[in-house]
Amino acid sequence: MDLLLGAVVLGVLLGCFYAAVSVGLSVAFGLLDVPHVAHPAFLVLASYGVFQLNESYDIDPLLAGLAITPLFFLFGLLAYRVYYETFERRGSDAGVRGIAFFFGIAFIIEVLIILQFGVDQRSVSATYIGKSWRFGEFRIPIRQLVAFAVALALTVLLAMYLSKTFMGRAIRAVAQDEEALRLMGANPVRIKQFAFGIATAVLGIAGALLIIVAPVEPTLDRAYIGRTFCVVVMAGLGSISGTLIAAIILGVAESIVLTLFGASWAPAISFAMLLGVLAVRPQGLLGR
Amino acid sequence: MKRRTFLGGAMAVAVVGHGSSALAQQPPIKIGMSMPQTGGLAGGGKASLLGIEIWRDDVNAKGGLLGRKIELVVYDDKSSASETPAIYAKLVDVDKVDLLFAPYATVPTAPIMPFVKQRGLLLMGNFSFQVNSKVGHDMWFNNAPWGPADSWAASFLDLAQKAGGKNMALLTADQEFAQNLALTARDVAKKRNIPIVFDQTYPPNTVEFSSIIRALKAAKPDIVYVASYPPDSAGILRAVNEIGIGDSVKIFGGGMVGLQFAAVMSNLGSLLNGVVNYNTWLPEKSMYFDGTKEFFDKYTKRAVEAKVDPLGYYLAPFGYAMGQMIEAAVGATKSLDQKGIAKYLRENEHKTIVGPIAFSADGERKETATLQAQFRGVKDKDIEQFRTSGKQVILFPDKLKAGELISPFEAARN
Repeated sequence: MDLLLGAVVLGVLLGCFYAAVSVGLSVAFGLLDVPHVAHPAFLVLASYGVFQLNESYDIDPLLAGLAITPLFFLFGLLAYRVYYETFERRGSDAGVRGIAFFFGIAFIIEVLIILQFGVDQRSVSATYIGKSWRFGEFRIPIRQLVAFAVALALTVLLAMYLSKTFMGRAIRAVAQDEEALRLMGANPVRIKQFAFGIATAVLGIAGALLIIVAPVEPTLDRAYIGRTFCVVVMAGLGSISGTLIAAIILGVAESIVLTLFGASWAPAISFAMLLGVLAVRPQGLLGR
Repeated sequence: MKRRTFLGGAMAVAVVGHGSSALAQQPPIKIGMSMPQTGGLAGGGKASLLGIEIWRDDVNAKGGLLGRKIELVVYDDKSSASETPAIYAKLVDVDKVDLLFAPYATVPTAPIMPFVKQRGLLLMGNFSFQVNSKVGHDMWFNNAPWGPADSWAASFLDLAQKAGGKNMALLTADQEFAQNLALTARDVAKKRNIPIVFDQTYPPNTVEFSSIIRALKAAKPDIVYVASYPPDSAGILRAVNEIGIGDSVKIFGGGMVGLQFAAVMSNLGSLLNGVVNYNTWLPEKSMYFDGTKEFFDKYTKRAVEAKVDPLGYYLAPFGYAMGQMIEAAVGATKSLDQKGIAKYLRENEHKTIVGPIAFSADGERKETATLQAQFRGVKDKDIEQFRTSGKQVILFPDKLKAGELISPFEAARN
């Protein structure tokens, strides 16, 4: 019973972390229909930015994540503009070519990281990494609690931003009916560009959480492509609260399997769950 | 490239070429290999390649082999088993290399074994484990110091049993190397009547090990034998530190790849203390042979520029040794006939910078030279500390032993 309870608690923590690394994709792919397969590569790049600041100036990883957020916002604006001008504006085959474009970006990011940092694993140091809180016999890694709290705050803030602010509503509107928005005098491309900037900016914090939770290496993005897309699709495209719920379900399921049923089954869980949700509810848990 | 630089370079090549006309007249001896330059094994792959490159440069500086320069043809296999069969087919059929070196590690090497056997090609193995056990290729020679298959697990369990360990937990990565290691560990445990109370295989890309370590701890094992790959070893040790492993554990470690790499060792720092893990070369007096110091002098300089493991203890000298063995065999047989080279390698003992090497019929070392060492007194964020002796106290083999095991594991962590 203790083991099951522990697995559930650790699963919730892990799930919130999955939400943080997926929530940007929920905006880019879910709301904007951009086939952003480079999302995990952006995430790893952010982790390396955090590593550099932590290594060179001893800045706390979370603060370092905050510090690089504006840079990532600008990076997102630029990436979307290039994508739009090169592919989306030109017509109907933007989807397939867009995937190739983002795969290309992901590959370039990997190579740049290798050239700059080498291929070795990198990690950060902070007072909360490597320690745990005890509750009797039960221990929780503090880095996971930090990741949980920050991820939860990030997801809730982004959900509130998209539902309460003028720009947030405009982003939701452009996702629903781009043409109608254009007829009302708004510029959907600028709104989508801004939204992609937001989706990339949140990776500053998510990247910090990634390197807080575990060491990173240049090709780590490949491990996260499946998980992040699984969470976003299972959540229902564009649903931020759905992303949180789907990620927690995934985290708990993985944790229970790892603890009680044998670790080798864990990777199958995410895809089995994805297939299950799509079979029963094709629009995802909280889909549009 | 600027025109002037290019012309300067061309002139320099011409001058050098004129000075060594014998070398220039003969086509180079091409040695082909894939090597992980990206992916989870890249840290080791790059260090291994640098060791081989230093050997190439040394040989070429001495005038080459059979009067011909050595040229390496290297491709990145991205640490992936699916890449290597096509690469080795290209090396043989398109690049027409004269000799083959295997890539670093078990996973990329395993799938090329049937190919080299079918073609009757000599393959110098590079730190893979038991990839020839089922294939039975008689032209395979592994540079790694593992020795007989079960000696790795046996040496660890010897230490564990002396410390009072009576049952074992096994945690292994779901890939070729770790599974082979686990297989031998299970065999040795069975022969010695050591019950296995926890036996879990975790998949590649596992993000978080807390849940697994919690389950392992609940089994209350005396001995914890871990066979993990570089991306996972750090995650496992972090989780052990945070979740705890229990007072029952006498000894922890055994087959964790990654704890030999400077970046990982530096990242983990004091979390390494107490872990007993295998190793291949450590900076102890007994481990210096002819050329070892000179090799590390060169390696240390070149590693910084190449952005590879600054210590390079684990793989780099064995890459050099692989070249030394080929050098000796080609020199002695005075040909590139692969069967002749294989015969020479099988029948002789070879002097290398990692000590004398002799092979069994299966192409593995006759005698194990795999070290079991315990991390002690390691501080955080200090790579240089690992250049001194005493940070990894050698417990096995007896002839190299530098201290006794500190047990239980939790006591050894302080």
